[in-house]
Amino acid sequence: MTSSITARLIELAARRFGRDASALSPSDDLFEALEIDSVQAMDLLTDLEDAFDVEIPDYELQDARTFAALGEVIGRRAS
Amino acid sequence: MTTTFRGKTMSWEPVEGVLEVRLHREPANEIGTTTLTELEHLVRVIGEGAAGCRALLWRSEVKRGFCAGADLRELHAGLVERKEQVGPLRRVARALPTGAQDLLREGARRVSQPVVRRKVGQFIDRIHAAFDALDQAPIPTVAAVHGVCLGGGLELALTADVIIADKNARFGFPELRLGLIPGFGGLPRLSRDLGNAVARDLLLTGRTIRASRAHELGLVSQIAANGQAPEIARAVTRQMIRFDPRVTAQAKAFAKPLPRADLDREKETFLRMVTDPAVLDALTTFVQDEGPMPWLPGGSR
Repeated sequence: MTSSITARLIELAARRFGRDASALSPSDDLFEALEIDSVQAMDLLTDLEDAFDVEIPDYELQDARTFAALGEVIGRRAS
Repeated sequence: MTTTFRGKTMSWEPVEGVLEVRLHREPANEIGTTTLTELEHLVRVIGEGAAGCRALLWRSEVKRGFCAGADLRELHAGLVERKEQVGPLRRVARALPTGAQDLLREGARRVSQPVVRRKVGQFIDRIHAAFDALDQAPIPTVAAVHGVCLGGGLELALTADVIIADKNARFGFPELRLGLIPGFGGLPRLSRDLGNAVARDLLLTGRTIRASRAHELGLVSQIAANGQAPEIARAVTRQMIRFDPRVTAQAKAFAKPLPRADLDREKETFLRMVTDPAVLDALTTFVQDEGPMPWLPGGSR
């Protein structure tokens, strides 16, 4: 389940920030790969919370260094 | 008094009986002394009849959001200037024996702290007076919020009677990262409006919440599609001004008491905390942080 969540979040993040999803890997550092600033980080949080219908505290996004780790964070909260 | 105003940080004009206040200080409407001076002007306008208007609407013209909070660069510059003024004393201290060094350093700290407390205290007293007046304005007030609404920005929004938010709005109190609590009256107002548990959650974690969560909690009255909050807020004010303004003023005064004791306690606590040298270190880290999440500790990862 977590891998499908990770794949979906990569797709969402790539679309939001105009990146090529196929060039992003679950093990990539998501902030480095997406090259986003603080306002974009907030936009990403809102997008992910809306898409997966979960609440993601900022500190969990901050601590999740990779797409895969963030996928696990979302997986723990998604029903 | 003229009915329209064009300032450096905000402008206002009457629109169909509603005083529309537009925030337009790039990059994110940070609240410093210029904003405060213009807010005080707005308070005077409201006190003199609100340019004939019967409601007030806040909105931001800045893309990043409603308001990112206090102007921390201005606060940082003020504290650095104070530190530099006592710097010569510290240099003299280095030439003295150890015991005398400690005495002189302690003396410099004692000289510096009351000045910081007085300077910051003057700002805090003024902004509390302005925010209290906005909170207790005799006309209904509505804030149309999008994007970031953090710290002092959330505190400003909390002075409004009703908050309308775009879906992309996010709310939070990141002040603990700086070694401070919010200082513009936000915690007492949030506790008054939503309860202390919500205030503690936002304060003690520093996390932000999206508009839909803020709506569930009761902070936000209505959610708008992105970009539509001002239009929905206008519809709210059109409804509000249909009532007899004398009745509305009395109803608001009853429904929105000022949490005076907690506001005083907040000021006292904030001013005690701001004199801690760790605050300057935290502000220095913040102003140099170009990471993606500067509102959290370790923001630059």
